[in-house]
Amino acid sequence: MSNFFNKSDLTRQDADKLVSETLNNCDDGELYLEESKSESILLDDNKIKSSNYSSDLGFGFRAISKEVVAYSYSNEISKDSLKNSSENLKSTLKSIKGTYNHEIPKSNKKFYKDVNPIEQKTLDSKLEVLNKVNEFLRKKDGSVKQVTASFAGEQKSIEIIRSGGESLTDVRPLIRFNVSVMLEKNGRKETGVYGIGGRQSYDDYLKNDNWKNVCEEAFRIASVNLESKPAPAGEMKVVLGPGWPAILIHEAIGHGLEGDFNRKKTSAFHNLMGEKVASEGVTIVDDGTIDNRRGSLTIDDEGTPTERTVLIENGILKNFMQDRHNARLMNTRSTGSGRRENYRHIVLPRMRNTMMLSGNQTQDEMIKSVDKGIFAVSFGGGQVDITSGKFVFNCTEAYEINNGQIGSPIKGATLIGDGPSILKEVSMVGNDMMLDPGIGTCGKAGQGVPVGVAQPSILIDKMTVGGTKL
Amino acid sequence: MVKDQEFLKLKASYCLDLAKKMGATDASVTVGHSISETVNFRNKSLEASDRSDGLALSIETYLGKRRSSISSSNLLDENIKTLIEKCFETTKITPEDEFNSLPDKNLLAKQIRNLNLYDETRFENDKKIKYLKDLEEAASSDNQIINTESSFTENKSNFILANSDGFCDGYKTSSFTTSCVTVAKDENSMERDYEFSSKRHLSDIKQASDLGNKAAEQTIRKLSPNKIGSDKISIIFDKRISKGMLSVFASAISASAIARGTSFLKDKIDQQVFTNSINVIDKPDRIKGMGSQNFDSEGVNSNTLQLIKNGILKNYLVDTYNGKKLNLQSNGRSGGTTNLFFENGNISYEDLLKKNSKSLYITETIGHGSNLVTGDYSVGATGFLVEDGEFKYPVNEITIAGNFKDMFKNITLANDLEFEYSVNSPTMMIEGMTVAGK
Repeated sequence: MSNFFNKSDLTRQDADKLVSETLNNCDDGELYLEESKSESILLDDNKIKSSNYSSDLGFGFRAISKEVVAYSYSNEISKDSLKNSSENLKSTLKSIKGTYNHEIPKSNKKFYKDVNPIEQKTLDSKLEVLNKVNEFLRKKDGSVKQVTASFAGEQKSIEIIRSGGESLTDVRPLIRFNVSVMLEKNGRKETGVYGIGGRQSYDDYLKNDNWKNVCEEAFRIASVNLESKPAPAGEMKVVLGPGWPAILIHEAIGHGLEGDFNRKKTSAFHNLMGEKVASEGVTIVDDGTIDNRRGSLTIDDEGTPTERTVLIENGILKNFMQDRHNARLMNTRSTGSGRRENYRHIVLPRMRNTMMLSGNQTQDEMIKSVDKGIFAVSFGGGQVDITSGKFVFNCTEAYEINNGQIGSPIKGATLIGDGPSILKEVSMVGNDMMLDPGIGTCGKAGQGVPVGVAQPSILIDKMTVGGTKL
Repeated sequence: MVKDQEFLKLKASYCLDLAKKMGATDASVTVGHSISETVNFRNKSLEASDRSDGLALSIETYLGKRRSSISSSNLLDENIKTLIEKCFETTKITPEDEFNSLPDKNLLAKQIRNLNLYDETRFENDKKIKYLKDLEEAASSDNQIINTESSFTENKSNFILANSDGFCDGYKTSSFTTSCVTVAKDENSMERDYEFSSKRHLSDIKQASDLGNKAAEQTIRKLSPNKIGSDKISIIFDKRISKGMLSVFASAISASAIARGTSFLKDKIDQQVFTNSINVIDKPDRIKGMGSQNFDSEGVNSNTLQLIKNGILKNYLVDTYNGKKLNLQSNGRSGGTTNLFFENGNISYEDLLKKNSKSLYITETIGHGSNLVTGDYSVGATGFLVEDGEFKYPVNEITIAGNFKDMFKNITLANDLEFEYSVNSPTMMIEGMTVAGK
C-alpha cells in the first residue's frame, strides 16, 4: 500500500482537515489519491521494439452539491496544491449548499491479491517469452510475415479520504499478454489477434507454456481469414458464439443501462424500468465480484464495495448501474459501479463484468435452425449511440450459414442493430456460457477502463450485416 | 500559470546530465506542463467544473543501439533519479536494434518560427458560464430539443524537447474548445447530434448562439428516420466524415505501417492511389493551425509535404527509426501529420448533391471498421436520402462498406474546403459502395 504523505509537506492530519472543511457544506465528495506503476514491453518485426516503464502519482479532489460536480486534480501532492484545489472547488459551489452523506457500505471481501506483477517476473524472462513467441510463429508456417507480441502490467494503489477522515484503500494488479500475427498467401494478407489477462501475476496466465495456445489461436484466426469471401449485405439471422461476442451485450444494452444516461433521460432505456426489454430466458448481470477478472473490483473508485447487479431478469429490466452521484439524484443506492480511468478523471457509472447467463439450448440446434445467416465467433471493437440506441460491432471471425450448415468464412463486416429491440430478437439462449479471455477495455467520455464480458451462444432472429455482397 | 521555458529547460538538462553521468551514450527527454479548465453545462445550468494541472516527463536512454524509455508525472529530482536509474538498467538488458538512434543532427530544427499558436487571454470560468448560457439558450429554443449538454475548455501548454546532441527547444500553445450535444425527441424517435469549435485563439471561436443553433438544427433534422433497403448507391460524406478518410490514408502511409508490411498502401510510391484530380497536402507552418508544429516529436524540422499529387502517392510519413529501416530520410513526421488536407475539387456542394438522381448523404459513422492491412471498410452510418439535390428524409441503422483501394479511386470532391481542424476535407462523393439495410 502506498503512503501518499511520506514524501510531501502535507500530513494526513492536514489532508483530513482540508477535506472535511471543503466538503462540509456539500452533498458528497472525496479526496482520491492514486499511485500507479506500469510497464509495457513490445516485440515487433523480429525485435524488442520498446520497453517502457511509467510511474504516476496524483490526486483528484471532488465536491458535489445538488447536480453540480466540481473537480480538480494535480500530480503534485503538497499543501499548496491541495489548498488550491480546495479553493477551486469552493468557488464553483459557493452558492450551492448540500448535506454530506457519510454513509458508505463496508465489506471485507477481496477479489484479487495485493501483488505487483511487474516485480514478480524479471525483465529477462519476459523478453524470453516474447522471443519464443516470435520464433514459434515464424517457424510454424512460411505464410507468417509479421509477429507482434506484448506484455502490459500495472499495479495501482488508491486511497479515498472522505469528509470526517474515513479512509478506504485498494491495491489493484492488472496484466495483459497479447499476440498478433499477419499471414500472407497468394498476395492476400490477413491478421489474427488473441490475448489473455486479468488481475494476477503474469505467470498465473503463462503456466504450462500457455503462450503457445495464445499463438495458436491468433494463427488460427488469421488462417481462417485468408480463406474468407466477401460478406453478405442485408438483414438476416445471426448466431453468436460464446464468450467475447458478449461485447454485443456490452454495447447494445450495457451502456444504455448506466445511471447517468438514464438520470438525464438521454438513454433509449430511461422509461423502460420494470418493462419487458428482452425475450424470456434472457438474464443479464453486471458483476464486479468474480475473482481475478479484468473487470472485477474490490471497491469502486468512490469506495463502495462492488456487487453482482441484476440488470435484466428473465427479460424484465430490473436495475441501472449507479455511482453515488447519480444514485442520490435518482433516489436509489450505488451499485458499486463508480469508476474512473485515473486521478485525472471524474467518476462515472461504468460496467465491470457484463454477462448474459446460460439457457438450455445448444449451439448446434441454433445453427441447424438457420436457412441463411451468419455465425459470428469473434469480434473487434464495438460502439453505441446511447440516444438512438443503434450499436455496431465488427466481426473478426465469422462464417456463412446455409441450410443449417456452417459454410465459408466471410470477411470482417460490421453488424448493426437497435439496442432496445435486439434482445427481443433473441430466440435461443445456449447452455455454454463462457467468460472472455480478459482483454476488454471500455471507452466512455474519453476514459478507458478494464472490463469483462460473458455470454452463451445465442441466436438473433434479425440483424443487419454490413458486407459488400448484395 | 503554465510553467515557463526556464523551469522546463532546467528539468530537461538535469535529466540529460544524469543519464550521461550514468553511462548512457545518448538520451532524449520531453518535459511538458499543461493547465486546463473546463466548465460543463446541462439544460441551461452549471453541471460541473474541472481543473487539471499536469506535469509530464518522458526520457529515452541509449546504450549504443540499445534503447528503453520511462515516463512519469512526478518531477521531484529524487524521483527522476530513481526512474533514470531504472530506465538505464532496463536499457542494458534490452537487445540491440541497429535502427535505434537519435535523429540525424543536420535534420534537427534550427529556428523556431512564430506560428501564433499561443493566446495568453484568460477566459475566466464566469465568462465560460456566460458563453455556455447563451449557447444552450439558442440550442434549446425549439421545443423538440429535450436535453442539451455543453462544455468550454481552455488549455495552456508548454514543453521542452531536448537531446544529448544539443537540441533543446519548445514553445507554448493554447487551445479553446467548446462543444454542444443536443437530444431531440418526437413521437417516433429520439436522436442526438453535436457541433463543436476548437481554436488556438479565443477570438476565433464561433459565436455561442451560432454553435447552439447549429447543434439543434442538425439534431432535429434526424428525427423519424427510416431504414433503407440494401443497395449499391453513390455516397456523399459530410465534411466531418470525409476528413476521416484522410486520417485512414495517413495511418496507411506511416513509415511504421509500411516498414512492418501491414498497410494496403505498401510499395505504392509513384503509383496511382487516388483519382487523378486528387491532391493531398500536409502543411506544418499554418498560422494558428490546430496541427501546426515547428518540429516533430524527435526535434526534426518539418516542411510542407505533398503526399498525393494528381492522384499519385509521393511521400510516406517518415520518422527516424522507420526511416532508417526503409532507407529513407525522416521528413519530420514522427507523431504523424500536422495540418492535413485535400485540395478543393472543382464542383460546388450543390452540384455534388445533384450529380446523381439518388444518393446517400452520411453525417455520422460508428464503429471501428477500417482494416489497414486489407483496406476493407465497413461501418454503421446515419444520414439522409438525397434525391435530385434535395434532402428527402433521415436514414439510420444501415452500414456502408467497400475497400479503400477502390474507394480512393472513385472520389469526387466539392470546392468547399475550410480550415477548421488539423485534418480538413471538402464534401466528398464516393461511387460504387454497398449499403446494407433492410
